[in-house]
Amino acid sequence: MKIDASKPLEYSTEENSNKIFGFWVFLGAEIALFATLFTVYFVLVDRFASGPNGSELFEIGPVLLETFLLLTSSFTIGLAIHAMRHGYKKAMMFFFGITLLMGLGFLAIEITEFFTYVHEGATLQTSAFLSSLFVLLGTHGAHVTFGFLWGTAILIQIKRHGINPATANKSFIFSLYWHFLDVVWIFIFSYVYLKGLM
Amino acid sequence: MDLEKFKVHGGVLIYGAMVSIALATLAIIIGLTVFKKWGYLWREWLTTVDHKRIGVMYILAALLMLFRGGIDALMMRLQTAAPEMKFLDAQHYNEVFTTHGLIMILFMAMPFIIGLMNVIVPLQIGARDVAFPRLNAVSFWLFFFGAMLLNISFVIGGSPDAGWSAYFPLASIEFSPTVGNNYYSLALQISGIGTMLTGVNFIVTILKMRAPGMKLMRMPMFTWSVLITNVIIVFAFPVLTIALALMMFDRLFGSQFFTMANGGMDMLWANLFWVWGHPEVYIVILPAFGIYSDIISTFSKKNLYGYTSMVASMVIISLLSFLVWAHHFYTMGQGVMVNSFFSITTMAIAVPTGVKIFNWLFTLRKGRITFTTPMLYTLAFIPIFTIGGVTGVMLAMASADYQYHNTMFLVAHFHYVLIPGAVFAVIAGFHYWFPKVFGFRLNERLGKHAFWWIIISFNVAFFPLFILGLMGMTRRMYTYSAETGFGPLNMVSFAGALGLAIGFVILVYNIYWSTRYMPRDTTGDPWDARTLEWATNSPIPAYNFAVVPTVTDRDAFWVSKQENIPLFKDQIKKIHMPSNTGKPFILGVIFFFFGFFMVFSMWVPAIVSGVGILITLCAMSFDRDHGFYIPEKEIIATEKKLRGETV
Ligand code: HEM
Ligand SMILES: [Cu+2]
Repeated sequence: MKIDASKPLEYSTEENSNKIFGFWVFLGAEIALFATLFTVYFVLVDRFASGPNGSELFEIGPVLLETFLLLTSSFTIGLAIHAMRHGYKKAMMFFFGITLLMGLGFLAIEITEFFTYVHEGATLQTSAFLSSLFVLLGTHGAHVTFGFLWGTAILIQIKRHGINPATANKSFIFSLYWHFLDVVWIFIFSYVYLKGLM
Repeated sequence: MDLEKFKVHGGVLIYGAMVSIALATLAIIIGLTVFKKWGYLWREWLTTVDHKRIGVMYILAALLMLFRGGIDALMMRLQTAAPEMKFLDAQHYNEVFTTHGLIMILFMAMPFIIGLMNVIVPLQIGARDVAFPRLNAVSFWLFFFGAMLLNISFVIGGSPDAGWSAYFPLASIEFSPTVGNNYYSLALQISGIGTMLTGVNFIVTILKMRAPGMKLMRMPMFTWSVLITNVIIVFAFPVLTIALALMMFDRLFGSQFFTMANGGMDMLWANLFWVWGHPEVYIVILPAFGIYSDIISTFSKKNLYGYTSMVASMVIISLLSFLVWAHHFYTMGQGVMVNSFFSITTMAIAVPTGVKIFNWLFTLRKGRITFTTPMLYTLAFIPIFTIGGVTGVMLAMASADYQYHNTMFLVAHFHYVLIPGAVFAVIAGFHYWFPKVFGFRLNERLGKHAFWWIIISFNVAFFPLFILGLMGMTRRMYTYSAETGFGPLNMVSFAGALGLAIGFVILVYNIYWSTRYMPRDTTGDPWDARTLEWATNSPIPAYNFAVVPTVTDRDAFWVSKQENIPLFKDQIKKIHMPSNTGKPFILGVIFFFFGFFMVFSMWVPAIVSGVGILITLCAMSFDRDHGFYIPEKEIIATEKKLRGETV
């Protein structure tokens, strides 16, 4: 394995830089995926049948908290990558761990929200609007869940093997993924929640 | 548990299928045990990450699926051969045309093409492998087990029956209460994820792994077509992923996306399906264009005419392919403006396609043409595909389409595009590249026999359908009365279908015959060809090229032969290889069970297998295998042996 020392660790081998490029391409597919889901949501948003609509259902409090957690976690994963570039293993693991915990917090609130909705009689089956709402949020939430598990696996590998081209590469790709989920959430926050509350 | 829902009731045919599946499985198991091949199968194939072997497995699976889809086609043609036939009942006919369409497009044409591109593209760009060999294995096994999942629907629980386009509300739980469309949503999902990963893998491979000097505008046309196709895959497949997920939610969890009550919108399905569906037909046809381009230029002994315009027209086609989807449902009430827009975009596609046809003709002009089997398929493709294209423009005119929509005219049209556009291309590519992979050619005489059977029978089978369509015979119609007058032409078409079957039998027999009797090719270049894949030995050694080639021109190998410019300048050095892994296969198996349990709403086992999937992925992440090196001595020995020199 040729290691190019002039590049950051995560780019240092050909395989590494291919993986990062490949992940960007994959994010292209993810954008297409979420774009489709948003389209479905916009098509169905006014079709709430006999169920509640957005302004009756949404509450700004928990959503702001979710947004706060996810945006901050995007910042901390950035700090983790920064620490990684400087070779500070401890600091990196600390910020990485914080990121994952905030992701977990986000999930906890989202799940509570889902329970509240269902409790108020707004289920997946109630109306086309609610079906699309649950599936859009659920797909994002499932991505966060997957990210949590994936990130945990990476964290363990960093603990075991330290910062090397392989773990640096994985962490960097994970950070791309995590930022991406944040961007998607910003769209959800603005176009689903804020617009729905208006 | 309620065993009733696993059963399929359908008389002799179904039981026959069950028995033959059971017997075939038993025969394979016994065969492997008797000949002690389990270890070989596992070590050399099931765990392989070699792009050539993965490609070969794709092609084998595709041939198997061609057989299955072909049997479906024969059954349909037999059922409609004469008025009031009693061979299949209405439900059974519905299931057969649905699985025929799905299998032919998703599990035959596409994997065949992905198989060829696996084998050939890394060679054409002078690479040692694809960018992500393990991911490639994951792609294959997801495709394979997705295809298997759809195939068992025939004998366990019942096949999907709402057409390959599965329009709602017909495909909803209300009107299609069997598990058939659950299979649809899960089997396609699993294999679709595999395909999307293939897309990522090949984009990176082509953009990042080219040999020194292989600029983008020096790439062989097949590689270009594959690059563009994979871009389409990456942007189109996520739409299918969502459509299928929503379908699954509607059918399994009672959501209201496509329902008729509670705000659901059935047309949303039709739109999502075709936003993926139309690009999908270009996913199978663009690589075919690439294959034909390479073959035409090899067997005319000329470089491809209008290289740049070939690339440009493919790029334009790929963009337009995302803007035409509503031409599949002009008659479903979206108004004049929308129809006009889609009508114009659809007709516009004919322009870049026409450019390509003329480029091929100009390449042929004044060429020194040799009429080999692959070249014959290519030459036959041009006029037949043009008929398909012209009838396509007829269908593209929204107002005229009210006349043709959902008739046999349409069925004739899309077979006239798909069969020459995809099937002839993969057969041509198969004959063309066969010696590269196996080290001997297929017999030309048998090959030409099969060719004439296939070409003539194809027209006999499908031309009558144009006329039947104009006479008013609708598609997906399981029988008709004698008074309609549809009988005679349908009988002709049935005869054509039988002829096609004979052609395919000869083709398969040719593989068997050639394996036994054809002489070995030690040159590596039996066709006197032009592109890099012919510069290495056949069969291709595991490492592809002993030395990475240096490219100075388009048609690099041809130029190096003509002008004596050496392609391989470096010394032979040890080569790094990825090691095999069983995890992609295991992942595929677990996905299969996950899909199966979901189909039957068996939640606990489904969750258990879902966790299994996560654990396997985790195990893959923790893998710390860095591959191995093939030593210099071994490479030199292999090279000598393949060139027929004694070691
Ligand atoms: C090999 C010879 C083939 C024959 C004899 C054949 C015959 C047929 C017939 C009889 C139908 C149903 C017509 C109807 O009743 O509506 C049909 C439908 C169809 N065929 Fe083929 N076919 C062949 C090959 C292919 C290939 C190679 C492809 C694709 C690559 C293909 C794709 C389709 C599709 C998509 C449908 C529509 C299914 C639906 O209505 O949902 N066929 N074919
Ligand atoms: Cu179309």
